[in-house]
Amino acid sequence: MTLLSIDWFFIIEKILLISAVLVLSLVVAMYSTWGERKVAAWIQDRLGPNRAGPMGLLQPLADGGKLFFKEEIIPTNSNPFLFILGPSIAMVVACMTSAVIPWGDTLTIAGRTISLQVADVNIGILFIFGVVSMGVYGIMVGGWASNNKYSLLASVRAASQIISYELPMGLALIALLMLTGTLSLKEIVEQQRHDLWNVVYQPLGFFIFLICAFAECNRTPFDLPEAENELNGGYHLEYSSMKLGFFLFAEYINMFISSALMATMYFGGYAFPYMDSLGLSPNMISLLGFAALFIKTLLFIFFFMWVRWTIPRFRYDQLMRLGWKVLIPLALANMLITGGVVLLRQH
Amino acid sequence: MVLSFVALVSALGVVLSKNPVTSVLCLIVTFFTIAGHYVMLNAQFLAVVHIIVYAGAIMVLFLYVMMLMNLNAELEPQKRNWLKYAGAISGGALLVVLVAALRDASMPALGTESTEIGLIGNLGKLLFKQYVVPFEVSSILFLSAMVGAVVIGKKD
Repeated sequence: MTLLSIDWFFIIEKILLISAVLVLSLVVAMYSTWGERKVAAWIQDRLGPNRAGPMGLLQPLADGGKLFFKEEIIPTNSNPFLFILGPSIAMVVACMTSAVIPWGDTLTIAGRTISLQVADVNIGILFIFGVVSMGVYGIMVGGWASNNKYSLLASVRAASQIISYELPMGLALIALLMLTGTLSLKEIVEQQRHDLWNVVYQPLGFFIFLICAFAECNRTPFDLPEAENELNGGYHLEYSSMKLGFFLFAEYINMFISSALMATMYFGGYAFPYMDSLGLSPNMISLLGFAALFIKTLLFIFFFMWVRWTIPRFRYDQLMRLGWKVLIPLALANMLITGGVVLLRQH
Repeated sequence: MVLSFVALVSALGVVLSKNPVTSVLCLIVTFFTIAGHYVMLNAQFLAVVHIIVYAGAIMVLFLYVMMLMNLNAELEPQKRNWLKYAGAISGGALLVVLVAALRDASMPALGTESTEIGLIGNLGKLLFKQYVVPFEVSSILFLSAMVGAVVIGKKD
């Protein structure tokens, strides 16, 4: 079907895929809030939410409904436009990253090959890096527009934390790129499909990336921007109703996306062992691959929660020292060694 | 077309807005529209690096400083009238010079084969083969700027 020389099937297919990916990230984020409480309860030997629905499974719906119906307060001395812009940026940016993650191999339906990736751009990793660096604007704009000194302090903290941890993250990625020789996430996964997972070659790089992902998502032990005992709650102090919900939700989406990213780059993405020798149809293997990626992602999300309820928060100077004096030199050394090995293997 | 319009409007917003934070935010929008232009020229790498470096890092620091100083529209010092006129005249003179320079410059139309240059592989090969010396010299320039900043910072 080509009308006006546009491939309409292609557009419909992409729209469906984008909606599916967005719905998936939203649902996963929604149930992460439930999972977070259940994990916390399990770690602290409690029961956790168990009133709404079986095992408390309807709890996220109840929370969402509560947030929607709460009174919306915009502080008098704030900048209303920026006040609303803050959570909007946080939400949009959190959703954008999912576009370049390959959720699976290709599916063949009625003779059409459909790639389970919204956009296979040749700069996939850089795209994610760029979008992540945008994420801080949501916090900064929201914190500043609230016209509250605690929110301002929190947004300043968030800005310096994210800038500091972007550097080791980028350096860890450079080592990975030197090894794989490509910036496209799809190709990185394809290489791991026929070879060992990248975490085997880049254990230090993965570790640095993991720590930086915690810092970029503002998760404990790096949740300084929302340290409630110092800042009365942090950058979303003045927010109420669903605007607060957006900030909290964006954090969970970020967590989901960065888990998916780590699974993709270091743990084989949709590749799983013996996937090419099972003798199943390609469609089946694609679906199984998607399931494999999903399970890996959920494991990382569980890890995020596990750390949150185990390790106490850092002090701010400790955070900066860890970022600049430990992670950056380690990442640089990792990069140098990787470069040297790659060079040796070429000769 | 739309992109250029947004770029111009947000660039005007940078200059005209009374609130410094709004100015910075307008500047970020301008950077995004410029990155959009790069994408349309098939220079995705340039676009993304532009966003990472300018919008992602430098403007965050700008915003950081603006927020810390907490400048408001009311706190902005009242400028004298002659200063405004002087600014307008010198800005206009710069515009005239730029227009005159651009009118005489020859702009060869881009061929179809040159549009691949913005893709990362081609760009990397060009930078590290043909232009490796200028590239390294410019990185030394950055290093010296960094050393300078550290020296100034250590003074007190």
